[in-house]
Amino acid sequence: MTSTASRPAGTVQPDRAAATARRLSLLNVAFELRAFIALAVLVVVFGVLSDAFLTVPNLITMTKHVAINAVIALGMLLVILKGGIDLSVGSIVGLSGVVAGELLGGLHVGGVIAYPPVWVVIVLCVGVGALVGVVNGVLVTRFNVAPFIATLGMLYVARGAAMLISDGATYPNLAGNPAFGNTGFGLLGSGRPLGLPTSIWIMIVLAVAVVLLLAKSPFGRWLYATGGNERAADLSGVPIRRVKTIVYVISGACAAVAGLIIASELTSAAPQAGETYELNAIAAVVIGGAALSGGRGTVRGTLVGAFVIGFLADGLVILGVSTFWQILIKGAVIILAVMLDQGQQRFKRRGAAAAAVAATRHHD
Amino acid sequence: MTLRAREVTKVYGGTHALKGVDFAVAPGRVTALFGENGAGKSTLMKILAGIEQPTTGHVELDGRPVRLASSRDAADQGIAIIHQELSLCPNLSITDNLFLARELRTPFGAVDRTAQRERTLAVLRTLEEELDPDTPVADLRLGQQQIVEIARALLQDTRVLIMDEPTSALTAPEVEVLFKVIRDLTSRGVAVVYISHHLDEALDIADDVVVLRDGTLVATAQAAEVDLRWIVEQMVGRDQDTLFPDRDSQAGEPVLDLRDLIVIDPANPDRLAVGGVSLTLRAGEIVGVYGLMGSGRTELLEALAGRIPPASGEIVLAGEPLTRAGIRDRIRRGLILVPEDRQRDGLVQTMTVGENLSLAGLYQYVRRLFVSAAREGAAVRRVITDITVKTSGAKAAIGSLSGGNQQKVVIGKALLTGPRVLLLDEPSRGVDVGAKADIFQLMAAQARRGLAVLFTTSEAEEALHIPDRLLVLARGAVVGEYRRGEIDREELMRVSDGATNGGALR
Repeated sequence: MTSTASRPAGTVQPDRAAATARRLSLLNVAFELRAFIALAVLVVVFGVLSDAFLTVPNLITMTKHVAINAVIALGMLLVILKGGIDLSVGSIVGLSGVVAGELLGGLHVGGVIAYPPVWVVIVLCVGVGALVGVVNGVLVTRFNVAPFIATLGMLYVARGAAMLISDGATYPNLAGNPAFGNTGFGLLGSGRPLGLPTSIWIMIVLAVAVVLLLAKSPFGRWLYATGGNERAADLSGVPIRRVKTIVYVISGACAAVAGLIIASELTSAAPQAGETYELNAIAAVVIGGAALSGGRGTVRGTLVGAFVIGFLADGLVILGVSTFWQILIKGAVIILAVMLDQGQQRFKRRGAAAAAVAATRHHD
Repeated sequence: MTLRAREVTKVYGGTHALKGVDFAVAPGRVTALFGENGAGKSTLMKILAGIEQPTTGHVELDGRPVRLASSRDAADQGIAIIHQELSLCPNLSITDNLFLARELRTPFGAVDRTAQRERTLAVLRTLEEELDPDTPVADLRLGQQQIVEIARALLQDTRVLIMDEPTSALTAPEVEVLFKVIRDLTSRGVAVVYISHHLDEALDIADDVVVLRDGTLVATAQAAEVDLRWIVEQMVGRDQDTLFPDRDSQAGEPVLDLRDLIVIDPANPDRLAVGGVSLTLRAGEIVGVYGLMGSGRTELLEALAGRIPPASGEIVLAGEPLTRAGIRDRIRRGLILVPEDRQRDGLVQTMTVGENLSLAGLYQYVRRLFVSAAREGAAVRRVITDITVKTSGAKAAIGSLSGGNQQKVVIGKALLTGPRVLLLDEPSRGVDVGAKADIFQLMAAQARRGLAVLFTTSEAEEALHIPDRLLVLARGAVVGEYRRGEIDREELMRVSDGATNGGALR
């Protein structure tokens, strides 16, 4: 047989298959670590180019910025693992801050003004975020609205609600009044327990909680199964509707927490806060290796993704790169990350095929 | 023109669908391709039609290697395929479907609707089908859609025509017309490849016979020199006593009762998928449901499992009504389904072997808030040994397993829920003969332990040898019920065929 003529490209020769399989598995390891490698490259490059970059105060400041996106992204990760998307989180950030501002300014109840304590304010704000999540979940699971559309709609609804409540104005002072017993909101932003800003602690605690949820709880397994193959999960008795609703609730609550952190750091709440934050969160999750089709993604990857985006943005600012270039570079990094991910998936498939061909030869 | 596959191998994930197959078709002859489900027939045809690329090996046309990168490529070479799964756009009219991506143009470049309509009418006339060319395909019944699919192949300048289960939804007169058309094509030098579950029908029209088994070409012969018995022997390829477990029925107490179950076809609400089926399942009993595609076998099992709600009827499990319970509830009460399409409904490809195995029974391993890794691991390891899943371990990717072992994982997942009733929809589909024997042994072993097993099959040999009791399902109704040994192959064909060829149920 003459096999030299026009052999179709992309097919694997059995005699070379074993070597191909080995080579591909090595490449795979490099791919798995790509987000870490990207982060390391960023740190080294910025560290060389700027003396201010690799200092402890700057690293803490940058991590504070990262924390806000990371908190939103952890919620987003759950939604994306399910195979959905949550575009409403940026608006929830704004809504949550506005609700905090309104509550700290006092509640008019039948002629008297009540001042709820700060912890009640926080619980109510997180509740508002969760409530938006419930609406998202119900729209998706009960009314079969595509997640993209449902959460796009809620993006506008939540932002509109924030504008209506605040009448479009910023709440300038969230410090509270000792006479009313509602001071302390600012600690969320300015407090430094054990030397680290509260927001970083919140990110760490939340990340640990999500890791436990995903790795240890039955819910985590249900979530990966629902995102990986909804039909198979359904037939295995996984309560897919409940799983799908809960991820939107958690995502909304996470976004509300981020809104509280921002309002507290600024000790003021603007209804415009958090615009386009949903895109940063999605970018962090995607750079972290999660598949938008669902079923694949990790907390570790998402955190690294959030750090890549945050360090890239702050590093470019420190270097004095123009805002316009910053935006463009961010976009390029996101696209590159997803291209690498596609490449990895292809290598994985080819590796499996090559390994199988090699295995037959051993049997022969 | 001679179309030939040379040492073609195809690997999906970790599964070998084809192992070095040499296959050729000659002009003016009908080659019937035989093989059980999963033998590799469809894969081989998809490679010849350019839909799939071989992992190794190549395709030759008139002795020269060709690369068929797409079905369009193949069509340009005169190779057309009629799919087992229909590939029509339901929203478009018959004419639009026939000329999709090869529209006739007016001199100004616009679509020439008049010419298209005339040629559509002409080809429908050849097929003796009186249909309005403007009818949307969605409004046609399944058999008519199959006719449209055939018409599309006829419209092209076809030199090799591959027909993969072209008659599964056709009425007897329609099959007659199709055979007339096939003979007309071969007389004009067209090479035809014919695949059908109806073995006698395929042998009838064939000049040459080729048998595939487990991805290997095992036999070729002239159709005139062989009979059905020979073909079945080649297809199964081993002593049937070792393939089918020897067992005595030990039916105990009734476990599952269904009465007058009616299920509306989810794909077509005008049609009943299951039209009033009653059945009692006893502990320790294996009951088979023999039915062809569209007989309602899948819908029957999905309604039992809680996947689709029945329109009416009653399901009772161990004395308790189950009709309104959800899937989750049914699993916890001891009823679980092993679905027909394991890729689509059975496995989560992004999870490991162990995670797939424990998914349905996960609730048993939860301690406080979390899944106990120790309990889960022990159960998973036990079931991997029990049902002999060939895997490097619980952490292996599910895609690294062969089709048969993937199927065992789906069955293992069901067994880990501790069921009283095990439903299996075509459990031997797409697995090799060795795994098939394992799966049948497994079913027998579970029945011995007191489970009630209900499975469907479209393989006559399985239907005749495995179940203690066989129900023949056609057009959503039970058309016959037999104990093992009460019915032979010819009778089974006659019973199921006579009923299916009546057309779709209204």
